[in-house]
Amino acid sequence: MSETSLQITGLSKSFGGVQAVMDVSFSLHPGELLALIGPNGAGKTTCFNMLNGQLKPDSGSVMLFSKETVGLKPADIWRLGVGRTFQITATYSSMTVCENVQMALLSDRQQLMSFTRRASRMYRPEALELLKQVGIVEQEDRPCSTLAYGDLKRVELAVALANNPRLLLMDEPTAGMAPKERVELMALTADIVKERNLSVLFTEHDMDVVFAHADRILVLNRGKLIADDTPENVRNNPEVRMVYLGTETEEIAHA
Amino acid sequence: MLEISNLNTYYGRAHILTDLSLNVQRGEVVALLGRNGAGKSTTLKSINGLVQPESGSIVFENESLNRQSAHVVCRRGIGYVPEERRIFTDLTVMENLEVGTRPPRKEFPVWTPERVFEIFPNLAEMRNRPGGQMSGGEQQMLTIARTLMGNPKLVLLDEPSEGLAPVIVQQMAKTIHDLKREGLTIILSEQNLRFATKLADRAYIIEKGVIQYEGTMDDLAADEDVRNAYLTV
Amino acid sequence: MGFFIVQVLTGLSSAAAVFLVASGLSIIFGVTRVVNFAHGSFYMLGAFFAYTFTSHLTSVVGFWVAMLLSAIAVGLIGVVVEILILRRVYQAPELFQLVATFGVILVIQDLALLVWGAEDLLGPLAPGLDSTVNIFGTLLPEYDLALIALSLIVLVALWFLFNRTRWGCLVRAATEDREMVGALGVNQTWLFTGTFFLGSLLAGLGGAAQLPKGGASLLMDFEILAAIFVVVVVGGMGSILGAYLAAVLIFEFNAFGILILPESTLVLMFLLMAIVLILRPWGLLGKPEAPGQLGQVGPPELPYQSASRPLRIIGILFVCFLFSLPAFADDFTLVLAIEMLIMSLFAASLHFAMGPGGMVSFGHAAFFGGGAYAAALLVSHANAPMEVAMLFAPLMSGVLALIVGWFCVRLSGVYLAMLTMAFAQVAWSIVFQWDAATGGDDGILGIWPSAWASDRMAYYYLTLIASVGGILILRHVLFTPFGYAMRAVRDSAVRSESIGIRVSRQKWLAFAFSGFMAGIAGGLFVFSKGSVFPDEMAIPRSFDALIMVLLGGVKTLWGPVTGASVFTWLHDEISRFEYWRLLLGTLIIAIVLAFPQGIAGFFGNWWHRLRNKGI
Repeated sequence: MSETSLQITGLSKSFGGVQAVMDVSFSLHPGELLALIGPNGAGKTTCFNMLNGQLKPDSGSVMLFSKETVGLKPADIWRLGVGRTFQITATYSSMTVCENVQMALLSDRQQLMSFTRRASRMYRPEALELLKQVGIVEQEDRPCSTLAYGDLKRVELAVALANNPRLLLMDEPTAGMAPKERVELMALTADIVKERNLSVLFTEHDMDVVFAHADRILVLNRGKLIADDTPENVRNNPEVRMVYLGTETEEIAHA
Repeated sequence: MLEISNLNTYYGRAHILTDLSLNVQRGEVVALLGRNGAGKSTTLKSINGLVQPESGSIVFENESLNRQSAHVVCRRGIGYVPEERRIFTDLTVMENLEVGTRPPRKEFPVWTPERVFEIFPNLAEMRNRPGGQMSGGEQQMLTIARTLMGNPKLVLLDEPSEGLAPVIVQQMAKTIHDLKREGLTIILSEQNLRFATKLADRAYIIEKGVIQYEGTMDDLAADEDVRNAYLTV
Repeated sequence: MGFFIVQVLTGLSSAAAVFLVASGLSIIFGVTRVVNFAHGSFYMLGAFFAYTFTSHLTSVVGFWVAMLLSAIAVGLIGVVVEILILRRVYQAPELFQLVATFGVILVIQDLALLVWGAEDLLGPLAPGLDSTVNIFGTLLPEYDLALIALSLIVLVALWFLFNRTRWGCLVRAATEDREMVGALGVNQTWLFTGTFFLGSLLAGLGGAAQLPKGGASLLMDFEILAAIFVVVVVGGMGSILGAYLAAVLIFEFNAFGILILPESTLVLMFLLMAIVLILRPWGLLGKPEAPGQLGQVGPPELPYQSASRPLRIIGILFVCFLFSLPAFADDFTLVLAIEMLIMSLFAASLHFAMGPGGMVSFGHAAFFGGGAYAAALLVSHANAPMEVAMLFAPLMSGVLALIVGWFCVRLSGVYLAMLTMAFAQVAWSIVFQWDAATGGDDGILGIWPSAWASDRMAYYYLTLIASVGGILILRHVLFTPFGYAMRAVRDSAVRSESIGIRVSRQKWLAFAFSGFMAGIAGGLFVFSKGSVFPDEMAIPRSFDALIMVLLGGVKTLWGPVTGASVFTWLHDEISRFEYWRLLLGTLIIAIVLAFPQGIAGFFGNWWHRLRNKGI
């Protein structure tokens, strides 16, 4: 087996006596698209927030490229090469599309304390290059607040790619998008993953997206990992069908 | 029952809805299809008064709803279930229902907590639980239950399947089906065509604030061109 | 033993009135999202009404009913304010309601002066409670026990109201999501009016209850404001029980602190507040505030663009005009112009923090007055020349802002704003009480410019260059990566963290920079007046700056300069009249009602419509 991008062991977290995540372990390899699915409240978001440093786990370890990240802040984890997109897009609404990407570049190059040059003129070519990769370069100068939702998701992707990450954490990357946009965005992500040999961990409620793009699927239920397998095996797993997929799986997955 | 004509709505300076017209008959489930940002939520909010349209008319049971605030629209009998659920997280299930409670109406079924719990049995088990400690699916149930307590004649359902696990989506479809059988009239905003197909009698497709298509669910199922143009499943 | 118990009870009774007023503030904010600056004024009115009612009605209805009637009277005044003014501006963006409540403060101040006169009034003793009780040998006024009982009765009554009645249930729901409550058929208008009645009534009750203990005076409004803000922040916004616990904690601390360190009770209180907020940033029983509840309302600002050519030319022409002003203006005009320039810089520094920085400060005068005092102290105690003192001023303000900011930037929205006010009040108290160094109430006099700048025209040029320079620097910083990072943190903290921006540090440095720039204005101010008084650090001065920024428009870069100029000029014109507060207050309220979207917002929309018609 090749080296792991991410190695999670025994991750646990409880809130006020409620065990949100219980002894979760899994690993992720370069070039792999790993989906994390499960009912609402199963602990997906908690898991995610522990990986990116927003929450501190009660116990367990998160090894990122063989480096322990438990206890590090989100900003530090980002510097280790982790890009992130959010379920509800988080972009800077008072800036243009290009400036959004420039912010990430400015941060990457440690220029945030600079008081001399105008920010909108710094690293503009690099930012445009990233926007070109995600296919919205023609909207570079529009205010982010006026963008269509699907395009905002692409801005987020460009921002997440700005520091050449080796791992992307995507929280419901296609939530709120039209079906066609979903397919396009995931195809784009898959291309970028291949090209840059990235790893991706994503949560998702759209089973079409999950079964079409994930190399492997993790299923969480009530804080416990109940499956870690190929899409085919997960689809046929009776426990997963009972707690999550329901009886119409076939129709959903193959429609 | 509801007749909307030439509605125009703006957010600040952005023109969101353009000359939008639609109508709903009593007992119908009408689906409002379109992608995110197409104007579905704004249409529902324009009807219930959370957003004030710039021009156009909304007539409900032969009475105008133009420029009425949200509480008046609700009292006239239009219930609203927001996409973001907007449960009162500090309030218990019972208290959430209490906020939604309105006096009974003649000739329409009267909803009590007990009747609501028949439709949503798992809510009955958590009467005193704060809304903030419920899962997304349970919250979605509660937000519908809360609106039912207002004894509505027409319910505006904004993307009830969004962000829910498939198994919950199936339950939700069954629930809405039950409500339809109870005689409730529903406008259902959806992106999920499969979900809407199971429930709706007719559909409108909205894109960039303009109604692009109007027809029965069967017509829509037959019209591949339209589906490809606006829905492309 | 007796002494210990009496000390505990004294603390509890001092906490009583403050708890009543603070709970009212908390309830009003919870539902209407209006930080009612006039809440202290309602408290003051409660005491004045109680004075009148108890002296005329005690023989008719009895003392306690007269007290209750005064509380109800204040509640009704609150209703009048809500219906006539606030109801029309709930939809207004950017804290614009604050401006209206500030207008109400001014109006009430002068009306109270008209009705009750300038003299402090002594309250009657409560009948039957006018003696003392002996507790193991130590005496305690009976009335203190009555106050403790009153506060507990109100606490229980409020709990019952909010948890056992439909109205309370609706209020709690509206505190979370008032729009949704409306969509469920509840008439928000009357819910808001109802909460305003209740909140004002509680403030009035607090004032009335205070009358037999401390009398009634025209200074009560601002005196209590900082205390109730501290109580609300420490207790947790929206939590009635939290407000009670906080009031008790603070006043017990005070009651015992005074025994150990009689000179430093304020420092102790500050320490207590700091400790609580480090351990629990949202207060004892509070919950994190949802983002966007204060400050960022309405459509997002547009991306920054360099000034267009015509704008640049207008700007250059305007600066040329300012440079040529001494050629044709008389001395009075120059004095006014100097003040307008200084206030423009002060307002611009506040705008920097509260607009692009998203950190609303209710206590920015601490840095303005702090700079003024730093310069004055250096001159009066070390005989420093003006040039050195003027450089020292922003440095000290910057250091002060670093200290205050360290606590404040961990919070956001209204918590942050109230905390800045609490700190500013601590700074004010130090200046006010530390007679030996600061001259206390008498201020520091004889701070004159160096010989070369002592001529009015020379000082005008000095002010012009420093203020315009300062404003241009503030503007420039907004365009640099530092300014962008600050705006990024405001727009989305989670996104900023996830691209490696250190959110707290960025806010902290931005806050300090804003304080630093306010210090420049303070330094210029002290040498223009030749003196400095504690007033320059007091709450009204902080409010002035807020009003300037809000009137001008938070979302425009030139708004604060316009707002400061207009406000300073108005103030100057009006303050010649005897009842100028009444006039200014009415005028401010009129402006708010005429331009519910803010002056800048109004002209922005007007401009847009004009252009649309053309197309």
